[in-house]
Amino acid sequence: MSTDSSAPRVAPAWRAPLLVLAIGLIAWWALPEQLGLLTRIAITALFVLSLDLVVGIAGLATLGHAALFGAGAYAAGLFALKASGEPLLGLAVGAGAGALLALASGAFLLRYHGFTFLMLTVAVAQIAASLAQKARDWTGGDDGLSGFTMGPLLGRFAFDLEGRTAALYAIAVLALGLFVARRVVDSPFGLAVRGIHENRARMAALGTPVLRRLLAMYTLAGALAGAAGALSAQTNAIVGLDSLSFALSAEALVMLILGGAGRLHGALIGAVVFTLLHHTAASINPYHWLFIIGAALMAVVLLPPQKAWAWLRSRWGAKA
Amino acid sequence: MQLLANVLIDGLAYGMVLFIIAVGLSVTLGLMRFVNLAHGAFAMIGGYAAALLTREASWSFWIAVPVAVAGTAALGALIEALVLRHLYRRTELEQVLFTIGLSFFLIALTNALAGPQVQLIVLPPLLAQSVDLGFRTLPAQRLLVIAAGLLVAAAAAWTVTRTRFGIWLRAAVDHPDTAATLGIPIRTVQCASFAAGAALAGLGGVLGAELMPLEPYYALKYLVLVLVVVAVGGMGSLPGSLLAAVSLGIVETASKYLASDWGGLFFFLAMAVLLAWRPNGLLKR
Repeated sequence: MSTDSSAPRVAPAWRAPLLVLAIGLIAWWALPEQLGLLTRIAITALFVLSLDLVVGIAGLATLGHAALFGAGAYAAGLFALKASGEPLLGLAVGAGAGALLALASGAFLLRYHGFTFLMLTVAVAQIAASLAQKARDWTGGDDGLSGFTMGPLLGRFAFDLEGRTAALYAIAVLALGLFVARRVVDSPFGLAVRGIHENRARMAALGTPVLRRLLAMYTLAGALAGAAGALSAQTNAIVGLDSLSFALSAEALVMLILGGAGRLHGALIGAVVFTLLHHTAASINPYHWLFIIGAALMAVVLLPPQKAWAWLRSRWGAKA
Repeated sequence: MQLLANVLIDGLAYGMVLFIIAVGLSVTLGLMRFVNLAHGAFAMIGGYAAALLTREASWSFWIAVPVAVAGTAALGALIEALVLRHLYRRTELEQVLFTIGLSFFLIALTNALAGPQVQLIVLPPLLAQSVDLGFRTLPAQRLLVIAAGLLVAAAAAWTVTRTRFGIWLRAAVDHPDTAATLGIPIRTVQCASFAAGAALAGLGGVLGAELMPLEPYYALKYLVLVLVVVAVGGMGSLPGSLLAAVSLGIVETASKYLASDWGGLFFFLAMAVLLAWRPNGLLKR
């Protein structure tokens, strides 16, 4: 892939999603013991992809992205509990809830810049978290939302205990999300948003309605994050307060930077590497996990992935 | 009436703790333009050091606290000199990531060294007793917190506006190259300000241990509150931080007294309203 991000891409939008689908299917077939992990990776990747649209493409540093994920998760959970167990309808409800919250909070947030914006995103997420904790009749408070069952997917494929359907479902939604994101980022609209990221004043001078473009991108990211939340609610059959936590926002940001912000496949790579690392380290001891992630974070900043890749490539190139 | 007085005095104590911790962050963030999210970890280390010294080594509170604070300052200076100074020119996001990583690392380290339980600081008899204020009795410790907050506010304002060091600091921040040309030792100033910030964080960790219990996740749990104070007060503004800390402390305490079910909601709601009203903080530098 070319490293020149300023030029419009020519790669067809369906190529990367198809690759994701293929890799996902191979993993699904080859690792029947790890379907839960595979589902989690797909959901996390979708969430980080959504964050990449906000941070990497639009250049809005946020530490409150979990609010959108949590909105989708609670909306899908409530929909399954009170209305219907139809998964695809629930997914749409979750995406809608994420988009709605992004639209409402974005209209308020996007008027601010830099550190103030960062802090306000934290505030929005914290307000959402305390609302969810207190509206116990609706959300179950600290115990979380549970007791809902999902109907069969497309009316035919029931969610089984091994998680075979869940994993396929999550992988398919991720591929679809990636396709949408790819199309949007390469569209004139996506180019305008990237232009705003590079130079807001210039784009405004060129006549681009800056705030409206950013709000549209933020809303789209909200829909993807909400869909990820809905997937998490449906495949786990429980929604907890951790889906709104500051830690989730921070971790997603870490994954994004790890994989490389601004390039959509970076979000996927970061999510896969991080989740695998988390899975292995946390199964040993949760505090060892913090040790490793802390060290990894510091290393990522001191030795940026791009530099590390370039170094590795030059080494390999020299040997070949 | 009594309720109002209770809210005001408890809110003041809480606000002072927030202020003592926030003031160092406000200086690094507003004056040095460095986003140090490991600030909460410094507060935690100060608190843990005091707890371990008073409890395990049975030192007197009055000796243990200065030693803990000095130790935190030394650690801050060391980290600044070794790593952080290379990050001053990086983007905000990179600074955020590095210092969050540092916090994670320090959390894991604290847990490995001291265990996951809540740490208690052994108070001397003078502070453990309660004081009768006429309308209610108050732990003497809380009066110390309020007094220390006022003292820190006065000392910090005096240092920044009246002393040579304050002049150096402001010069080094606003025009580093010019300041260096004039012979101001920029590196020393930066390192010393950072150490002072870490020391204040440590002091806040010790004094606030009653309100913000010392446990391994302390560094991240209360970081958000401190960041809110800095953002609402206006980065780099000492009077702004004081005003923001006290008002938010009172809002938080009032919501605990009047609507205990709603936890942090009013705190963050107040923050959103204040920031929407004044995006650059109450008192912008």
